[in-house]
Amino acid sequence: MKSLFERGPSLRIRFFIALGCATLLLFLDHRLNTMQPVRSFLNTVVAPIQYLAVLPQQISDRVDYILTTRSELRLHNERLGNQLLELEMAVQRLNFIESENDRLRQLLGSDVRGATRRMVTEVVAVASDPFSHQVVINKGSSNGAYVGQPVLDNRGIVGQLVSVGLNTARVLLISDQSHAISLWVQRNDIRVLAQGTGDLQKLALLYISHSSDIQVGDVLLSSGLDEVFPEGYPVAEVIEIDRNEQFQYAQVAVRPYAQLDRVRSLLLLWPGHVDEQPVFGLANDDVTPRSEFNYVD
Amino acid sequence: MWIKSGLVPLLLSYLAALVLMVLPLPSVLELWRPDWITLLLIYWLMAIPHRVGFVTVLILGLLTDILMGSGFGIYTIALVAVAYPVLRHFQRLRNQSMLQLTVFVGLLVLAKRMIVYQLEHVLNDAVFNLAYLYPVITSMLAWPWVYLLLRKYRQTYAIR
Repeated sequence: MKSLFERGPSLRIRFFIALGCATLLLFLDHRLNTMQPVRSFLNTVVAPIQYLAVLPQQISDRVDYILTTRSELRLHNERLGNQLLELEMAVQRLNFIESENDRLRQLLGSDVRGATRRMVTEVVAVASDPFSHQVVINKGSSNGAYVGQPVLDNRGIVGQLVSVGLNTARVLLISDQSHAISLWVQRNDIRVLAQGTGDLQKLALLYISHSSDIQVGDVLLSSGLDEVFPEGYPVAEVIEIDRNEQFQYAQVAVRPYAQLDRVRSLLLLWPGHVDEQPVFGLANDDVTPRSEFNYVD
Repeated sequence: MWIKSGLVPLLLSYLAALVLMVLPLPSVLELWRPDWITLLLIYWLMAIPHRVGFVTVLILGLLTDILMGSGFGIYTIALVAVAYPVLRHFQRLRNQSMLQLTVFVGLLVLAKRMIVYQLEHVLNDAVFNLAYLYPVITSMLAWPWVYLLLRKYRQTYAIR
């Protein structure tokens, strides 16, 4: 117990010292960008907290799994078998088209697109802050993940990695306010930029002139021009256009295909042009690339 | 003696609050997630101010920054700013009625969230939406339970 007369600096001074420390931290990180190594170290340190946070969910999944009846499993198995059959048939055709495309590109003198490698990953934590739409996944630098790597789900592009720890990495979602992605309209190849709005269901297109030919229902694909996201993956659909001439540009709202509010399993992608390679561990949840192509649904 | 009584339960309570901050929730509830870390800090700062002080706030703020993926220092500054009035008036706060205390906590959570928003706005051009202030309401609703639970917890594990 501290005695009454034995006192350190006054409360106000301690407050200003603490505030000074915090501000220094902010300055070092934001203005000087010196904290990246510290950040990746601390990301590794807080990983247990994130694993702890998904533990209830994993347990309930496990219980769910144990409680599934035999007949349900059989039905599920049958359905998956049918799905696999369909996909394999689609893949055969894609294989052919892919090789044909490569040949055509060679004839044109363009670079042949490199093969894409991918790895399945699980979301372990979400940041519930509307100013930073981020999720944490259970793959890190030990699996070959790198900063700026594209992340997808089964419907479309989800985001990119912004910081990588040893066994976890942080995905910045495309709906984050600080994120923008270069797209083109599938119908007529108009290039557009889509910026996050802080709303998981909505992105906004920037600098769209009132006369540009964009319609509700248009499909937007990634353009590959940002050299982060590979070309041709579905990203969003136009849901609303406001051509109010009061504003300098048309206000276009698009809805991402990826289900950003319920991400569970994600796909890490290694585009052909990057040097990093995926490191497949002993875990059996990784997808070994059976054939070297990717397909767009 | 270096290790004071109840250190482990104290650390466990920090851990619990941090886990609750990142626990995945359905997106409907996500908007209403109470500000657990602020509530917990307010309680400990009020109950044992000779032990939990600005150093704890700084460390927890840094961990929150990492967990939330915001820039370093944003949550730290907000939490330090909230900690000051609590430390300044802890003796008065202990004698307030639950209702007064709840209103005060609501104001603190509001202040904390406004500071975070303002910093994000200045640094990263964040845009304000009202949903960001919903947790103020849920925090106020959660506060009496947090308070009673933590008091029981403190008495049980003799955290002094």
